[in-house]
Formats: sequence, C-alpha cells, structure tokens
Amino acid sequence: MSEHKTMTLTLNVWRQKGPNAPGKFETYTAKGITEHHSFLEMIDVVNEDLIKAGKDPIVFDHDCREGICGMCSQVINGVPHGGQERTTVCQLHMRKFKDGDTIYIEPWRAAAFPILKDLIVDRSAYDTITQAGGYTSCHTGGVPDGNALLVPKGVADYAMDAAECIGCGACAAGCPNSSAMLFTSAKVAQLAVLPQGQAEAKKRVTSMVDAMQECGFGNCSNHYECQAVCPKGINVKFIAKLNREYLKAQF
Amino acid sequence: MILDGKCPTGPIEKTWDKHRFDLKLVNPANKRKYKVIVVGTGLAGGAAAASLGELGYQVEAFCYQDSPRRAHSIAAQGGINAAKAYPNDGDSIYRLFYDTIKGGDFRAREADVWRLAQVSNNIIDQCVAQGVPFARDYAGYLDNRSFGGAQVSRTFYARGQTGQQLLLGAYSALSRQIKAGTVKMYPRREMLDLVVVDGVAKGITVRNLITGELESYAADAVCLATGGYVNVFYLSTNAMGCSVTANWKAYRKGAFFANPCYTQIHPTCIPQAGDYQSKLTLMSESLRNDGRCWVPKKKEDLAKHPDQIPEEDRDYYLERKYPSFGNLAPRDIASRAAKEQCDDGRGVGPGGRGVYLDFSTSIGRVGENTIKERYGNLFEMYEKITDENAYKRPMRIYPAPHYAMGGLWVDYNLMSNIPGLFVLGEANFSVHGANRLGASALMQGLADGYFVIPYTIGGYLAGVKPGTVGTDNPEFKKSVEDVVSYRDKLLSVNGKKTVSEFMREVGHLMWENCGMARSKESLTDNLKKIPALKEEFWKNVKVTGTGAELNQDLENAGRTADFLEFAELLCTDALHREESCGGHFRVEHQTSDGEAMRDDENFCYVGAWEFKGDGKDPELHKEPLRFENVHLAVRSYK
Ligand SMILES: Cc1cc2nc3c(=O)[nH]c(=O)nc-3n(C[C@H](O)[C@H](O)[C@H](O)COP(=O)(O)OP(=O)(O)OC[C@H]3O[C@@H](n4cnc5c(N)ncnc54)[C@H](O)[C@@H]3O)c2cc1C
Ligand code: SF4
Ligand code: FES
Repeated sequence: MSEHKTMTLTLNVWRQKGPNAPGKFETYTAKGITEHHSFLEMIDVVNEDLIKAGKDPIVFDHDCREGICGMCSQVINGVPHGGQERTTVCQLHMRKFKDGDTIYIEPWRAAAFPILKDLIVDRSAYDTITQAGGYTSCHTGGVPDGNALLVPKGVADYAMDAAECIGCGACAAGCPNSSAMLFTSAKVAQLAVLPQGQAEAKKRVTSMVDAMQECGFGNCSNHYECQAVCPKGINVKFIAKLNREYLKAQF
Repeated sequence: MILDGKCPTGPIEKTWDKHRFDLKLVNPANKRKYKVIVVGTGLAGGAAAASLGELGYQVEAFCYQDSPRRAHSIAAQGGINAAKAYPNDGDSIYRLFYDTIKGGDFRAREADVWRLAQVSNNIIDQCVAQGVPFARDYAGYLDNRSFGGAQVSRTFYARGQTGQQLLLGAYSALSRQIKAGTVKMYPRREMLDLVVVDGVAKGITVRNLITGELESYAADAVCLATGGYVNVFYLSTNAMGCSVTANWKAYRKGAFFANPCYTQIHPTCIPQAGDYQSKLTLMSESLRNDGRCWVPKKKEDLAKHPDQIPEEDRDYYLERKYPSFGNLAPRDIASRAAKEQCDDGRGVGPGGRGVYLDFSTSIGRVGENTIKERYGNLFEMYEKITDENAYKRPMRIYPAPHYAMGGLWVDYNLMSNIPGLFVLGEANFSVHGANRLGASALMQGLADGYFVIPYTIGGYLAGVKPGTVGTDNPEFKKSVEDVVSYRDKLLSVNGKKTVSEFMREVGHLMWENCGMARSKESLTDNLKKIPALKEEFWKNVKVTGTGAELNQDLENAGRTADFLEFAELLCTDALHREESCGGHFRVEHQTSDGEAMRDDENFCYVGAWEFKGDGKDPELHKEPLRFENVHLAVRSYK
C-alpha cells in the first residue's frame, strides 16, 4: 500500500436548492485524496472546504457507510452507485479513480423519486410498494415454532438471495423506463417461495404491482440495467418469478 | 435517592408470567382512544410500533432516515441468540440467563435478564412467521452458530446480514400497520425535545429534516427507541446519524441516565487507515468461530508477510490466555487482549495497531467454499475497504467502539423515572450490565418491542385518562421556542472551526482517555478538556445555512453539541466507578495478570444520573443489585 500519494480530482456536482428550484452542475476541486478515501469521504473533504469558505455544503443521503442501509444514492459518471460490481456509493473507494479524473455526480433520476435538494431524492414510493403487501399478515405472538415449518436449504437460500435487497432505488434510477420491477420482484419472490408467504401470494403480487404502477414507475422491457447497477446483485430471474406469480394470480 | 426497579419477586422462573398476569389491561375498545408516540423504528421501535398498532393503539412513529427500513439495526451481521436448544447441546433458558448475567459482569438485574431469556424463543418463531430467511440445513431445520461468551451454539443467523433480515421483518410488520392506518409514520424527523406536562411525558418536538419546520406531537405515552451513543468516540461501527440527542434531551427534562460509562469496544473491526476516516467497519464476531487471532512473537517478524512467519513464532494469544473459551472469549476480554499485544509492540499493519484474524486453519479443514458460504459478504466487504483478499492473507483487525450498554434508566416495565416515558432497545440500560454478549442486542431490541412493551404499556395506560393533553398545551409552545432559540444560537456563532473538527476532537479525547483503559488521571484530564472544548464550540463553531431548510450541517452541529455535554457525563460516571467491570476498565483496578477487578462491596449498583441544570454537577442515584440466582463470582473464561 502506498500511503503518501494523493490525487486531485474535478467534480461536477448537481446542485438544486429545492424540489421546484432549477438545478445545475457546479464544479469543485477535491484535493489531497488518497486511494483509501471512500467516495463519500472524498465529498466530506470537499464539504469541509465549502463550509470553511462560508458556502453551502453538498447535501447527500448516507448513513451506515457500509453498504447495507440503502441510504446512499448517487449517479456517478452516469451510473447509479458508480459502476463497481455489487458496490454502493459508500463502499466505493478512490483507488478506483486516478489523479486528474473528472467526475460527474448526480441524484437518482426517476419521475417517482422527486429531487428534494442537491443529491437527495424522495424514495417513499418504495415504502408505498412494500405497504401494499410486502409482508406476511402474521400477528405478534401466537405463531408456530420456528422448526414447525421446514424450509429446505435451497429454498431458504433462494429467499435470502432475494431478501438481500437494500431498497436503495438504483434499479429504478438505472432503468430507461424507471421501472421498479427488480425491487418489487425481490420481495414478491422471497415471500412466494417460503411456506409462510404462500397463503397470501396472489393478493400480494397483485397489490404490489398495482402500487408500483400508481407510484408512477414505468414498465419493465427487459433492459436488465437494474441488475447491472444493483449493489446487492439482485438477479433478474426474480422478475421472471414475479411475472409467473402475477399470471397465476389472474386465475 | 435509592432507585427501585420494581422487579417482581419470588422464584425467578415465574417472575415474568406472574407480572404479566398482575398487569392491568386496557380493554380492546378503549385502546383506540390512546395515542402512543414511538421515536425510532429500528428493531426495538419498529417492533413496538407494529405490535402496539396491531393491538389497536393509535401509534405515531418517527425516524431520522428517509425510511424506517434503514435504522442502524440493519447493519448487524452475526446473529441473534435464543434458548431453543435445537442442537441438543445443553442450552436452556436458565443457561442463557446465566451466561448473560455473567457476561455482563454482574451488573444487570436478574429479573430483566430472565425475561429476556424466556421470550428469546418467541422471537425466533415470530421472525420465521414473518418470512425472515434464517439459515437452514438441507433437511430444512434452523441452523445455529456460536458466539463469544457461550459454550453452546444458540445463535440464529441469516448469512452475514442477520440484523438486516430481522429489521426488514419488523419493517414489514410495521408496513402492514401503516397500510391498516393504525400507525402513522413520520420519517426524516429528528426529535429535539421531550415535552413533559406536570411531571408526565406527553409529547415531543421534532424537526422536519426536509423543510426545517418544527412540529409538535402529543400523546398519552412516549417510547424512545433511538439506539446507542458510541459515536461519542467519533469513529465507531455506528452509522453517521446515530446520536445521543433523543436520550440527552430526555435527560435534560429529568430522565435519569444510567451507567453511561459502560461502553463496548468490539474486538474485530477493520483498523483505521487515516485521519480523514469517517467510520469504522465491523467484521462480525461470528468470524471468531473459524478465525484465530494471533500476533508475531518476535518484533523483528512484524514487517514480514504473515505467510513467512512459521507456526512456532506466532502467538495465538487468546488460545494461550483463555484455553477454555479460546478465540470465543467475550468482547471486553478479547479487545483488551488485542490492545495488550499492540501496546507490547507486537501489533501488525500501519501504526502497529492491528492483530491477525487468520482463517487458514479452517480453510484447510472445511475448504474455502464453506468459509465463503458462511462469511462471503464479510470477506467481500473487507476487500472493498482494504484491497486485501482474506482467503489468501489473514485479516488485520483492531478493536473499535461498538455498543452502549448504558442508557436511560428504566424500571422492570421499561418505564423511565418520568411517568409515561418508556425506553426500549439499545437506548435503555437494562439487561447487558457492564458488557454485552454477542448476538444479544438484536434479541433485546425485539424482546422489548414485540414481547415486553405491548404488555407493560397497558399497565401504565390503564391508569391514565386518554387525550388529556394536546399540542395546544403551553408546554408544547415553550418547547418549540426553546428549540428555536437553541438552533438560532448554533447558527449565529459563525466561528472558524467546522462541526466535524469538534466532533473529531471530542472523539479523540474520549478514545484516548476514556476508551479501553481509563484511569483517574486520564478521566480528570478529560473533565478539564471536554468542558473547555464545549466552551470553544459555542464561541468558534461555524454552521452554514439557515434553520428553515434541509441543512445537514445544522443537524450535525446539534448532535455534536449534545455529544460534548454527554461526554462529560460519561467521564464523570467512569471516574466515580472505582472498579473495573466488563467494558469499563480502570487501570487502578486489575489483577496481577491484568484482568478486571470488580468491587462488589462498594459498586454492586446501577449508577443513574440526574440533570441538575447547566453548570451544576449531576446527582447520582443508586439502584442496588441483588443476585439471588446466580452467585456473584469472579468472571473467568480461562
Ligand atoms: C455494525 C454492527 C453490527 C452489529 N451486530 C450485531 C449482531 O450480530 N448481533 C446483535 O445482537 N447485535 C448486533 N449489533 C448491535 C445491534 O445491532 C443494536 O444494538 C440494535 O440493533 C439496536 O437497535 P435499536 O432498535 O435499539 O436502535 P437502532 O436500530 O439504532 O434504531 C434507532 C432508531 O432511532 C431513530 N432515531 C435516533 N435518534 C433519533 C432522533 N433524535 N429523532 C428521531 N429518530 C431518532 C433512528 O432513525 C432509528 O430508527 C450490531 C451493531 C452494529 C453497529
Ligand atoms: S433491487 Fe438492488 S438496486 Fe433495486 S432497490 Fe434493491 S438493492 Fe437497490
Ligand atoms: S450509506 Fe448505507 S448503504 Fe451506503
């Protein structure tokens, strides 16, 4: 590891004061960045300079900074989360960039995710989709023993693969149609294969798909951009599963 | 004042059942007349809001993130304990109870811990019913792994993302109630004050983080489930937004703060790489199932590639010092042992602050694929951060601040000393004593939320007339005015130093002087430096923007101001506790071989602090601890 080499980068960052204000790119210089800085730590450095100069820092969503909360959401050089495979913005490290690079940073762009300020968007549409049916209707208490329902490893693994979704919204942001299919299908598929979820499977898929459309997300036309940008590697096979479940629910 | 935890008496195994029966009930038709506020929608708050809504109460829930699914519970990796005893290895409710009391170094209440162990099994069932994809074996049965401080396998897990899956389970239950209209969810809100009317908690003041507006909410009871405070060390495994603010505002309104000095430093985190760093990343304790901790025996080997250091020149210090628990020694002990090796000049990596966590023995035994299946996401995370492949080269790890055992004082019903204010999850002090065992925080959060508060809050509300106080009460107006003038004060300093510079400084003081080892000298030093730093903050901090907009600099400024005040209380508590117990290690109180030395004669109590006003010393109240089922003994893992 070389400790002392630092980089200087040019950032073009989307700045927008509020939901209805016009936005534009502003240019900043990030200095003294090492390969160990995370992408967000690089923006922290720029923000410290802005604050010291009495200017408004760039606002952006972030919290866990370890790739699991789903809060961070930036389009970097046109790609949601920046294009490193299975990686959120907060897990992206500056060793993937080189000295002198110019980087474009924008918020998620999708009609159903209105911009609130700078790089922050309103993603409550994903909560709305979950509220439409992304659960089993069990009560607190009064449920059977955990081992009463056997779930073979293969099924449990399939459910877990789907359940890894962090609800970040990159799938819709990366999709040319702004479709929320990957996100929706992950929850539908997880609960459809588990015995606990099967009783409500038909109702769930219909309500969640309806909610998705009402929220203003587009349709899926098999571009697979969603899978490419998904930081958790959620597979498009779950979309096929959703489609099968949806068809089944029509009869 | 001598505090009373109001614990039920009699045979311990009957306490919770009897207490539950004795609690007054609110009849179903009346429940909808009561309003309950839940601040925080992590495991504790999310489970509570969903369960209370389902029971029929009108619930209003709040969180600072944009969705309840993002609370920091999401980051828990390793697993959740329960006394199911599925592996037939001798586990029982009693053993989980015993391990937790002992693990906490005899500084927790027996009755609370018993209840936790008892309901642990219900939690697993509940989560399975929600569709949480726990690990299973080929026949379909739930799988277990081991965690520190236990000699049985009782930890349930979902790959390396157990917290995520449990939180998404609670979030799904919450979503169902939001849809049903029993819970109203207010995301992107930060609680900035507790409203107390005639000595009773009746509501909160929150800042809408999008618009900057201050909003008042009134209710018949307020539950805080706002998580832990170890960001007081600045660098920790917590999320950037985790703060002491909600707890601190309640403390300033009269709620007692219990055992703030009990903080947990987790032994296995990725070492700090530079000064710019904003957080530390945990490598789950579950890795110690298959990883062995070692450092080179000889200092001249430090610069060598670990592969070039022969077996006989490696010091597997945990296996050497604690043969019966080995690499699964509890966290406080494992952290101190790592620090000891590094202090001795045998630490590896930059700055000599690291030890190896080596998987080669296990990879040899079970193969790389099995290790990948067990911990793949952790190895991937490690590689993203360090650019090193841990299948090929041992991980480098170092202890980091991780968890707060201390929190607001609550009685057996989870009610603070302010009637109507309940505290759940990591935000309270209740069950972990001076050290929390791995996989027990998820268990506690969900126990509090699903299986304790739904009963105990009824006992309180049954004696309260619903809806007596609304936001038109003058206390709400006063609270908003106070929050506004505090905010304006922050914005008007207009000094030269940034908020994060202050936060780094206080964090540094806390880590150096009040971290893994504390002394009278270091604490006294902090009690001079922290108030001085606080004074400087209010003269020289620079906060940009205005109050009436989305302003993250202002949010951070408020949290930092609270940490500056809280740090002083934490050090005060650490200085007063003239003993070593669990995560609180006073160098003056150790055995000849460096183990923590408790003083049961003088310190077998919960220390709960009362706010007496700015510039005045807080007052200490004690709740004596009695051990009738587990005998007070020197904790040994040798
Ligand atoms: C990296 C990591 C790994 C862990 N791994 C494990 C593990 O394997 N097993 C285990 O048992 N434990 C583990 N723990 C500990 C455990 O995850 C936490 O103790 C537990 O999840 C805390 O849950 P909680 O509901 O109390 O708080 P949190 O999940 O932190 O939730 C706090 C909530 O309060 C809200 N909030 C906070 N302040 C305010 C405010 N002022 N206004 C409004 N809302 C506010 C937040 O928005 C959030 O909704 C781990 C912890 C970390 C950090
Ligand atoms: S499917 Fe992937 S991209 Fe879409 S919300 Fe989930 S994690 Fe994010
Ligand atoms: S900040 Fe949590 S996933 Fe990036």
